[in-house]
Amino acid sequence: MQWLVSVHLMSLQVSWIVEDKFVKKSFQPETLQKIEREKQKYPDKLSALLPTLWWAQAEFEYFDTETMDYIAEVLGISKIRVYEAVTFYTMFHRKPVGKYHFQVCHNIACSLLGAEHIIQYLQKKLKIELDEVSKDGLFSITRVECLGSCGTAPVLQMNDRYYENLNESKIDFLIEELIAGRIPETL
Amino acid sequence: MIDFDYKNPEKIVFKNIDIPGMRYVANYRKKGGYETARTVIAEWKPDDVIEEVKKSGLRGRGGAGFLTGLKWSFIPKDSPLPKYLICNADESEPGTFKDREILRFDPHSLIEGMIIGAYAIGAHQGYIYIRGEFAQEANVVNDAIEEAYKEGVLGKSILKTNWDFDLHLYRGAGAYICGEETALIESLEGKRGHPRNKPPFPAVQGFNQSPTIVNNVETLAAVPYILKYGAQGYRKYGTEKSAGTKLFSVCGLIKKPGVYEVPMGISFKRFLYETCGGPLEGREFKAIIPGGSSVPLITREMAESEECTMDYEGFQKVGTMLGSGGVIVYDNSVCIVRALEILSRFYAHESCGQCTPCREGTGWLYKVLHRIENGLGHPDEIDLIVDIANNIDGETICPLGDAAAWPVQSAVKNFRSEFEYHITHHTCLPGTAKY
Ligand SMILES: Cc1cc2nc3c(=O)[nH]c(=O)nc-3n(C[C@H](O)[C@H](O)[C@H](O)COP(=O)(O)O)c2cc1C
Ligand code: SF4
Ligand code: FES
Repeated sequence: MQWLVSVHLMSLQVSWIVEDKFVKKSFQPETLQKIEREKQKYPDKLSALLPTLWWAQAEFEYFDTETMDYIAEVLGISKIRVYEAVTFYTMFHRKPVGKYHFQVCHNIACSLLGAEHIIQYLQKKLKIELDEVSKDGLFSITRVECLGSCGTAPVLQMNDRYYENLNESKIDFLIEELIAGRIPETL
Repeated sequence: MIDFDYKNPEKIVFKNIDIPGMRYVANYRKKGGYETARTVIAEWKPDDVIEEVKKSGLRGRGGAGFLTGLKWSFIPKDSPLPKYLICNADESEPGTFKDREILRFDPHSLIEGMIIGAYAIGAHQGYIYIRGEFAQEANVVNDAIEEAYKEGVLGKSILKTNWDFDLHLYRGAGAYICGEETALIESLEGKRGHPRNKPPFPAVQGFNQSPTIVNNVETLAAVPYILKYGAQGYRKYGTEKSAGTKLFSVCGLIKKPGVYEVPMGISFKRFLYETCGGPLEGREFKAIIPGGSSVPLITREMAESEECTMDYEGFQKVGTMLGSGGVIVYDNSVCIVRALEILSRFYAHESCGQCTPCREGTGWLYKVLHRIENGLGHPDEIDLIVDIANNIDGETICPLGDAAAWPVQSAVKNFRSEFEYHITHHTCLPGTAKY
């Protein structure tokens, strides 16, 4: 960092280049290759935006302006395209979420089978409010709409995985496992 | 009378769902998989495929029930533009979870259906648009696509014919509206999921301004069966106007929720009691939404009436629709106002905001219903919510507006006294719970 600052003082131009190389976010080289391949699948490269946002979220966790601008640059599209998409789709995070992010369905089937209770139980157990990250950075809880798994309600999605037919003891087990660093296949 | 063993329902067109290991191409091929697609490409003319699907009477399983063969025939023959076939795997309509079964247990039937459909409409490129939440299902489908490429089932000169077909999976990222076909197309173009005005219809101007067909997962996955056994073979099941079988996903307060395949035209009452086990111990049914949250709710009496058969016409006779086949069951413990409040919250959350009646109206509906449910409603407000609903219904770019209005109109029509009770007593009807 020291070195960077000194360069900064010498010339604005140089500091820009240096920042570009060393400070700015950048995708893993494999991801950049994946993005290139993705573009080939569509008649217009803009289609590659959503897949790129998924990869970006996996690498950078959430989208701040800098990240969005970087994505626009990588895809060669205008920044507004990226802002539009990130703010429209609810699964893209605009602020950090927990390492284990619980998305609890509160739509009709899940509600009839106890979703509100599940949400309260989770909050009490983890001692966090909705849409807040626990102090250790491990957990966050949010409400979501129907997950398309209503026959096994109540349901929550933890990161990429569904946990179904939830009850208190299943939640207890899930959280114990996650704290121990294990992600159960099912409950 | 339609033949159906209510007590022991077995899958017919979708029997692969119950066979372990069918997600792997080798197992699928062992059962004769991809033979139909190969025969069709090698021996059939595209127009004959469309004709056969028309004759089969297959109607879109995504909700609207439009004749699939007829839709395919709308692709302009003389257009120099590339054609696209898109599978709608967005499955986000509350109460609907049938496509997920095909995606995770039988992805090759879907791929084979897409190959046949693409050949029929002259598309060399297809996409499967899957909702973002279905990450595990996306993995299964992606693996299936990869295997299919390795086997020569996808790509250049597929199945040793001279037909090329590329297929890719595209993940959404959380937006119910992207299930609407033109919003889906926008999303696939990398944009916000904002529905387009129709016309032009996608068959003329869809993805990348080119002729495009969007079909539901279940619709496409039924196509190999139809071509294998012929339109007549498919018509062995169902009724004249509602041909074939349909997947129903059953949820809510009922003994055996799940996904069932039934020949269309069977008795809804017997299905609910004999196939799905009836109500929970000590309860009775109160109201049912038979086709996903967007269709009107009907009372138990209507659902159990003789005329309510499980087909497009039967549900229409009792004032509702078959929709997506997502059956949501309310029993006598359910507060109708609370249930409606939950659905209205959903539509307010999911409105894309393009049309004023939908953007503003869905928000108002939720706010007023929230007030009524919490005992703060005013006597005028029952008519107010119906008035708001009437002013959204039919006044918007896409049917999400109607979908938000119908549950309100039907709940007030069938259960008005429960709304009145909330307003006069400031609480739910005794014996019902605020879930
Ligand atoms: C708000 C809204 C949501 C929809 N969601 C879905 C969906 O999740 N899956 C689906 O197949 N069709 C959905 N549809 C219907 C599609 O617009 C379209 O009619 C369907 O995909 C056509 O396929 P089909 O003819 O095979 O049914 C939705 C429609 C609306 C208005
Ligand atoms: S009806 Fe609602 S969801 Fe559909 S386009 Fe209009 S605002 Fe968007
Ligand atoms: S209502 Fe919760 S998964 Fe559908």
